[in-house]
Amino acid sequence: MSLNNPFDPDSTLTGCSCGRHASQAEHELADAEALNRRVIQSTVMRALFPQDAERRRFLRTVGASTAWAAISSIIPFGTLEAMAQDKGSLEKKELKVGFIPITCASPLIMADPLGLYRREGLDVTLMKTAGWALIRDKVTNREYDASHMLAPMPLAMSLGVGSNPAPTNVMTIQNINGQAITLAMKHKDKRDPKDWKGFRFAIPFEFSMHNFLLRYYLAEHGLDPDTDVQLRVVPPPEMVANLRAGNIDGFLGPDPVNQRAVFDEAGFIHILSREIWDGHPCCSFAVPTEFIRQNPNTFAALYRAVLNAAAMARDAKNRPLMAEVLAPANYLNQPKAVLEQVLTGRFADGLGNVRNVPERVDYDPFPWYSMAYWILSQMKRWGYVKGDVRYKDIAEKVYLLTDARRHMAAVGMAAPRDNSRKAVIMGKEFDPARVEAYANSFAIRKA
Amino acid sequence: MFRKQAFKAALLSLLILALFLGAWSLATYRKDAPATSADAEYAALMGKGRSTGFPTPAKVGEAFVTYLSEPFYDRGPNDKGIGIQVTHSLWRVGLGFALAVAVALPLGFAIGMSPLLFQALDPFIQLLKPISPLAWMPLALYSLKDSDVSGIFVIFICSLWPMLINTAFGVASVRRDWINVARTLEVGPLRKAFQVILPAAAPTILTGMRISMGIAWLVIVAAEMLVGGTGIGYFVWNEWNNLALPNVIFAVVMIGLVGMVLDQLFGRLQKLVTYREQ
Repeated sequence: MSLNNPFDPDSTLTGCSCGRHASQAEHELADAEALNRRVIQSTVMRALFPQDAERRRFLRTVGASTAWAAISSIIPFGTLEAMAQDKGSLEKKELKVGFIPITCASPLIMADPLGLYRREGLDVTLMKTAGWALIRDKVTNREYDASHMLAPMPLAMSLGVGSNPAPTNVMTIQNINGQAITLAMKHKDKRDPKDWKGFRFAIPFEFSMHNFLLRYYLAEHGLDPDTDVQLRVVPPPEMVANLRAGNIDGFLGPDPVNQRAVFDEAGFIHILSREIWDGHPCCSFAVPTEFIRQNPNTFAALYRAVLNAAAMARDAKNRPLMAEVLAPANYLNQPKAVLEQVLTGRFADGLGNVRNVPERVDYDPFPWYSMAYWILSQMKRWGYVKGDVRYKDIAEKVYLLTDARRHMAAVGMAAPRDNSRKAVIMGKEFDPARVEAYANSFAIRKA
Repeated sequence: MFRKQAFKAALLSLLILALFLGAWSLATYRKDAPATSADAEYAALMGKGRSTGFPTPAKVGEAFVTYLSEPFYDRGPNDKGIGIQVTHSLWRVGLGFALAVAVALPLGFAIGMSPLLFQALDPFIQLLKPISPLAWMPLALYSLKDSDVSGIFVIFICSLWPMLINTAFGVASVRRDWINVARTLEVGPLRKAFQVILPAAAPTILTGMRISMGIAWLVIVAAEMLVGGTGIGYFVWNEWNNLALPNVIFAVVMIGLVGMVLDQLFGRLQKLVTYREQ
């Protein structure tokens, strides 16, 4: 899936290259269908004329259109096409999918205007939601069929930590990196975390990578996040307003909130989250386990749609167009200039510098088990879960790695062969094979 | 005489408005700072050249024109015109309010007519009345398992108390003479309720309804900001996300206007049922 280069003077952004479709993306979709048709036709022709010379002789004598009419009167091409597209009938076609208006949700949002849901026969309504607790409740209530969620949320929900147990699965990771620590302008000379005692920080939710990464970062600098600073849950959209009002000193928040704080001169970007852990997961695409059981074919169709969307979002040359599509009120409701800086990685840091970090955010969908291991290790470290944690069981139950791999292969994406991998977080190695020892290795932790 | 005063009052109102707008323009007036930044790219990334700070009256006026010129547009589930949003809010308020009427009137009647019941229920009413309706929201979401129904429930619970108390009070304070007359004429209990007590208590009951409607309209905005989806409260929240203050101000004025119309409506109703003794 490629989009038109918006800097190409010969390409149009509103239409497509042939002019018959609303966008280049739709044009290519139509192309894909045409290709599909071609494949079926040539298969039939090969079956009818095992010798290619014979086929060519036949076509030359009677003419292509006569041949087509003759053959299609005995071979039901339309039915064959339908069968090729029919990948099991959908149990539920109209789906409600929740999201929080942040750039982490880009793939699942982009799948709508690009027609990736429609291509799978799904009629998806994207529901903008006011906060993560509400997302959790609406998914448990089954008001939403699937939703954008923070990567730790399905783990916490399945375990029944912070809410009643509600088995929920991670289909894909939505994004890696793409977060930052933003501080209020008045702290521009306090870049050393050791000076942050007594600061009030906002995080989007208890069970968020933001909470765990900020705690990790503070602790590595010798601050105890439970006693030396205050951590407050603030929904991402409200972070900038609170920073400006002086209610908080800073936040580890999702983009575009960080860039928006810079844009509105309320704060500056202290570090990007990839400077803590490059390649850390952030948000996920999650479904209730019950939904998968009841709607296996719809689930598969949804899988293909979000994976295709991720493949599209990974491509750097699609990013400027993504900024344009995501900006209106129906989606993120942010200035395009802000989204562009987040998605292309060329941004103003709020201190007078232009930084160029193309890896600022990426959309790798693969749900590594090791990501779940790390999240659980931090939940244990900070006392959200007590006693023995059965890392392997929980990770394999909640993160649908095998399904992801199967569907990635089906849509032609390369999936890693391993289920887990080591990571380096602020210079310290995390080995998923020794997760229990890792969880107990920290000096600063909740007693 | 009266007409003259009304004219003067209108003139004064206009003057106050003009003064307010003038002060606002003055307070938000800014000279465009010349772009002296050495780094042009940085300035561009920071969006220099756009207007920042509190919006001017002209900017807010622009928001009024854009939204009111197309009040019923529908660009997907998260971007709808102001007319559709207000309709959603009114629908929720109407439903919650109707439910509250259905409960508060009969219950209020019963409480008003029976001093025993009044004393028995009083502690509960006193305890439940001061609870902020939004405090019910998490409980409602958890137990009702539907955000839309929860919103309606919150409206129901906040409109219930003023109506209940006023109905009980109105019914209890119907003049004894009238009740005695009804008793002398051996009027049946149903007829007594509908033809003696109800007309006598109607003004007080409607006062309760008017207060309830005012509270319900206050609460729906806050409730919709919490649960989102649709409605004028969601509109405010969505524009707040974008820090689009002109749109927020527009929404605030719209909320005021609709609230005023609702209040006037109940004011009229109240006049209609008030029996003037000469």
